[in-house]
Amino acid sequence: MTTTALLAAVDELRALEAEAVHIIREVVAELERPVLLFSAGKDSIVLLRLAEKAFRPTPVPFPVLHVDTGHNFPEVIEFRDRRLAEDGHRLIVASVQESIDKGRVTESGSPGASRNRLQIRTLLDALEEYRFDAAFGGARRDEERARAKERVLSFRDEFGQWDPRAQRPEPWSLYNGRIRRGEQVRVFPLSNWTELDIWRYIELENLELPSIYFAHERQVFERDGILLGLSEYTLPTEDELVQRLRVRYRTVGDLTITGAVRSDAGDVAGVIEEIAAATVSERGETRADDRTSVAAMEDRKREGYF
Amino acid sequence: MTTIGRPRQLLRLATAGSVDDGKSTLIGRLLHDTGSLPTDHLEAVTDADGEADLAALSDGLRAEREQGITIDVAYRFFSTPTRSFVLADTPGHERYTRNMFTGASNTHVAVLLVDARAGVLRQTRRHARIADLLGVPHLVAVVNKIDLVDFDETRFKEVEAELGLLAQRLGGRDLTVIPVSATRGDNVVARSDSTPWYDGPTILEYLEGVELAAPSAVASELRLPIQWVARPTDHQRRRYTGRLSAGTLSVGDEVLVLPAGSRSAVTALDTLDPNRAVAVAPLSVSFELADDLDVARGDLVVSAAADATAPVAAREIDATVCWLSETPLRAGDRVALKHTSRMVRATVQALHTRLDPETLEEHDSPGELALNDIGRITLRTSTVVLADPYATNRDAGAFILIDEQSNDTVGAGTVSDTREVVPGAQTRNDIKWHPSSLDRERRWTATGQRGATIWLTGLPASGKSTVAVALERTLVDAGRAAYLLDGDNVRHGISDDLGFTPGDRAENIRRVGHLTRLFADAGVVAIASMVSPLRSDRAIARALNEAADLPFLEIHVSTPVEECERRDPKGLYARARAGELRGLTGIDAPYEAPENPDLAFDTTGADLDDLVARVLAELARHEARR
Repeated sequence: MTTTALLAAVDELRALEAEAVHIIREVVAELERPVLLFSAGKDSIVLLRLAEKAFRPTPVPFPVLHVDTGHNFPEVIEFRDRRLAEDGHRLIVASVQESIDKGRVTESGSPGASRNRLQIRTLLDALEEYRFDAAFGGARRDEERARAKERVLSFRDEFGQWDPRAQRPEPWSLYNGRIRRGEQVRVFPLSNWTELDIWRYIELENLELPSIYFAHERQVFERDGILLGLSEYTLPTEDELVQRLRVRYRTVGDLTITGAVRSDAGDVAGVIEEIAAATVSERGETRADDRTSVAAMEDRKREGYF
Repeated sequence: MTTIGRPRQLLRLATAGSVDDGKSTLIGRLLHDTGSLPTDHLEAVTDADGEADLAALSDGLRAEREQGITIDVAYRFFSTPTRSFVLADTPGHERYTRNMFTGASNTHVAVLLVDARAGVLRQTRRHARIADLLGVPHLVAVVNKIDLVDFDETRFKEVEAELGLLAQRLGGRDLTVIPVSATRGDNVVARSDSTPWYDGPTILEYLEGVELAAPSAVASELRLPIQWVARPTDHQRRRYTGRLSAGTLSVGDEVLVLPAGSRSAVTALDTLDPNRAVAVAPLSVSFELADDLDVARGDLVVSAAADATAPVAAREIDATVCWLSETPLRAGDRVALKHTSRMVRATVQALHTRLDPETLEEHDSPGELALNDIGRITLRTSTVVLADPYATNRDAGAFILIDEQSNDTVGAGTVSDTREVVPGAQTRNDIKWHPSSLDRERRWTATGQRGATIWLTGLPASGKSTVAVALERTLVDAGRAAYLLDGDNVRHGISDDLGFTPGDRAENIRRVGHLTRLFADAGVVAIASMVSPLRSDRAIARALNEAADLPFLEIHVSTPVEECERRDPKGLYARARAGELRGLTGIDAPYEAPENPDLAFDTTGADLDDLVARVLAELARHEARR
């Protein structure tokens, strides 16, 4: 290669990084009050890192919002508070429990019901309360087929609803951030990243993750093909056998619906090897909420979910 | 790092083709045979008999599954050890051509599907034309369902010939043609035993081998639109951010900031990558400059090297657009135009052609462009646009059009040519001057009126309008037609779309310059009372009138700024001093006094009647000279 060609060669991860940073800066330039949705999961950790890079050395010019279902992994909440405090981010916690207590939503009493769907109301209430008009999310198009259809800037009406048929075309890197008062956009800077890209970027940037992402011993039981960790919110029925297994988590979510996978991967390189060889998708393996109907994600998104 | 984490190149591709050509199946096959398809995704589309419907993988929306068609672009991902691929699965249905346009806009390769039985169809041609228009570097045609014509070489050659003809009509483009059965997997990832007569690449071999041309990395070709500016703090200088679309940027580089043309040098650069000191496209960067310049979002940073070329500060753009809205586009329509990080208003000056998707012929002077139409148009912008031709730079030559009422993205376009608007210059050949049956002398003789332009320039509150009002009254009282064009008043109507940026101010003066010419031509004394701070802008107004052989008087109301600020009837100076108003001429924006005004006076302590008399005497002198 000539010097020029060598200079011009930008590898895949740096190209994805540049694209994500460009998107984040566009939104900050064009919209009034952005917020970053942060679950302390790997995607939102990468997203936060990209936001920090986009504005360094100045602080990230928007706060971080965690929609807390109340059914969290303690390791994740510990990580969230420590990481955000260390890096000087302003954290807003929107609590599903509070929405329930206020009567905004009603919790289903049935066993195995999750608070996942209830998050929608809590999220929309928080966006309205703080008048946020743009919310960054760590969603990726490789996660699920309704996600694969979503724009980078996903326009939502004043009720937070998504209309997949009325999406704005996004040619080149030209994003249209114009909205009316009350309307909002969901922004997905990681749209073109895959699960493996996320892990390789975590390795490249040496990012810290909550410990549950790496192999550890845990009391688990199997329900509908998913390995659920034993906790006060997830109790086995009589015929569900509790075992102590070496596991890790591929995603961080509400612990009532997030499954673990058997694993020996103690570090990022080990996880990358396991994922590269994995034959089941991230959501397929670990998220019970997507299995309820073929269009489960699409339906939730139409209502205002991420 | 693990070998799995080895740096790879990212290739973006888009599929296109008619509704039943098998696009979705091909994508499913590509994902499946490269091992990129998780088993749970496959299971979700497998029926009780174990038959997998690969086409259903991409159709992610309920309506798509119900109707069995792809409505919107879906993005899919797969990778091999050398490359990773982002695949835009774009709809074949004619109604959603706009989504094909979107999906193909930033891709390296367009995969055009053709049914071996049907051959080249209307949509095939349309999509090939769109891909060509979008400058997609590589076109590959997949002749699918080759199993349904019994792997017949003769039939393949026929379709190949049809495609060759299509490529010829697209200006002789290079087109690779591959015989494929997406359902069975022939020549997708694995080479087929059933096509021994074919010795070209499989689809995957083609995608792994196709050369990826990187954007220019020649330092002097720098194009860096400013995206966002971090305010300076006590500890930190002003910092600019943006994404390179061409060239390189390093610490020490001399740069120009357009459209202002200010020059400075890069003193700090963050490429986001600790191992990279030189920024190239498409990297996003932030940087600092040696000088404190007024640089804002939408400005363009280019190289200041001797051999560098900057784009034209254009007010007129020739472009090809794909219309994306149900409401048709007509000449005279106003839209917002987003180009790089710059948003301007634009008026459609003319619709030149509309592409017939059937014949690929261009028809002249269409009345409108309807949804999914592609046509060539001319746009006039309210302030300058710094665009390159799309053929030179895909990012710097692309734009979207936005409806200002609905905020919808209604058009997408590529720039073919840009122009400064030079008054009087014969730069336009799309419109003709329609002569009146009256010549000027006949009009002036019959009405007994002689036209002229009196242009008053000076700082805000210098007394221009006071003099102008008295002048107008005196002329009218004397039985002469006169009319006052006041800077503030024109902004209520004819210039209500303009702000106070240098580009907008220039446009405002250009418009008023044209107005004065029309008034003067009609036999009216046009009195323009305009701050008009820049010599170059006033020169435009003068040139317009003098080119039409009309008297033009430039009068400098030269009241000192201290006196103007003391008067301050509109409170402008007070607001500027309080930091509430930026860019006030005389305070934090320049005023260029006329070098050779026809008349100059300071209104401090002056007698108004005396000033009016001096102006009228000057006008009489001008008229006598003619």
